[in-house]
Amino acid sequence: MAGQLRAIRQRIRGVQSIAKITRAQELIAASRIIKAQQRVRDAGPYARELTQAVEAVVSQSANIDHPLVREPENPQRAAILILSSDRGFAGGYNSNVMREAQGLRARLRERGVEPVTYVSGTKGITWHRFRGVETAGSWHGFSEAPRHENAEEITQTLFEAFNRTAEDGGVDEIHIVYTEFVSMLTQNAAVHRIIPLVIEETTEEPVSGPIPLYEFEPSPQAVLDALLPWYVESRIYQALLEAAASEIASRRRAMKSATDNANDLLEEFTREANKARQAEITQEISEIVGGADALAESVAGKE
Amino acid sequence: MTVQVELVVPDGQVWSGNARMVIAKTLDGDIGILGSHPPVLGILAEGSVVEILDPEEGSSAQGGMRIAVRSGFLSVHDDRVSILARDAEIGSQVDRATVQSRLDAALGEMGPGEEEPAEVKYSRALLRAAGDRS
Repeated sequence: MAGQLRAIRQRIRGVQSIAKITRAQELIAASRIIKAQQRVRDAGPYARELTQAVEAVVSQSANIDHPLVREPENPQRAAILILSSDRGFAGGYNSNVMREAQGLRARLRERGVEPVTYVSGTKGITWHRFRGVETAGSWHGFSEAPRHENAEEITQTLFEAFNRTAEDGGVDEIHIVYTEFVSMLTQNAAVHRIIPLVIEETTEEPVSGPIPLYEFEPSPQAVLDALLPWYVESRIYQALLEAAASEIASRRRAMKSATDNANDLLEEFTREANKARQAEITQEISEIVGGADALAESVAGKE
Repeated sequence: MTVQVELVVPDGQVWSGNARMVIAKTLDGDIGILGSHPPVLGILAEGSVVEILDPEEGSSAQGGMRIAVRSGFLSVHDDRVSILARDAEIGSQVDRATVQSRLDAALGEMGPGEEEPAEVKYSRALLRAAGDRS
């Protein structure tokens, strides 16, 4: 009996310390999420201006012929950039991204395209290593707070692969798998193709009003040559920032439910402990009463 | 007549305000922008300095700021000048000693006759923006 009580108390202590850890993680994530969201917002103006500039060049030059927008006739290899987190404790964050990546790989293979994997984030790297999936490049150490240099580095590596021919280990397409930040409660793992870029013809007026008739210095083609790589870089940076915000948000949510679960368990265990203690006391009392009765009977018998 | 200037880098807006004139160096050469300038979209020269002159009369020496830009572009329309840079720093905020030592280290690694890498050009632009006349 006493042993049972001791075991329960031990479990209570264990759950208590887990709850403390998850609660601390939750608070840390909660304090970081504001910053991460702010960074996504801050990056907006640059991405918007860049998009507008690309739109302006594309809409004013009749024929665009640039490797980054040219649809490959017979794609053979496609790069997949997977953005995962460096640390765990984030619920389904990484497994959702990996599931999307697996789906993309299957779809590419159906089309007869060989996927080439690039991974960012320790969790993604170990996932691939554990399953023996080869990766062509990997980065880690910045999943929670990516800097623009990280986006530059990733873009450069991907561009090097893009500029090689397929026989030489190059790729014809570049896809990105990351978690979009919709709101604090919703984050979706999503797949986007970033290269080749899709040019859509539309007769609609742009939201920001008609595009001014720019004069291009030095020439529309040269401007486009410079802008497109920056545009891709900015898309990757944006994805890194969103993935960071999503990571922190899902960590906060996962840690909150872990803390709640731990507290529920604590309540249950406390009740059980009380029951066990009460049972012990009841037994003791009945033993004493029984003992007293027996004593009284034996005394009565002697008289 | 003033133009509204915006300096934007990937991490957000660095500076915005009014200016009498903006002087920048594109791949084609220097360009000066006053009010009512026709729309222009130009790629900035690597490691160049953009000068923004204060709305009041006066040369850059008295009132104005100089911004070092690693690479980027400039778009002008409707009296609005947006300078988008992948990396930029306002001249008065440049830590000259650090930049100088970085530049010296980079130059030391370079062989003779090699073209200067973007990093060196940017370091030079930073120093120029900070006031060096080299």
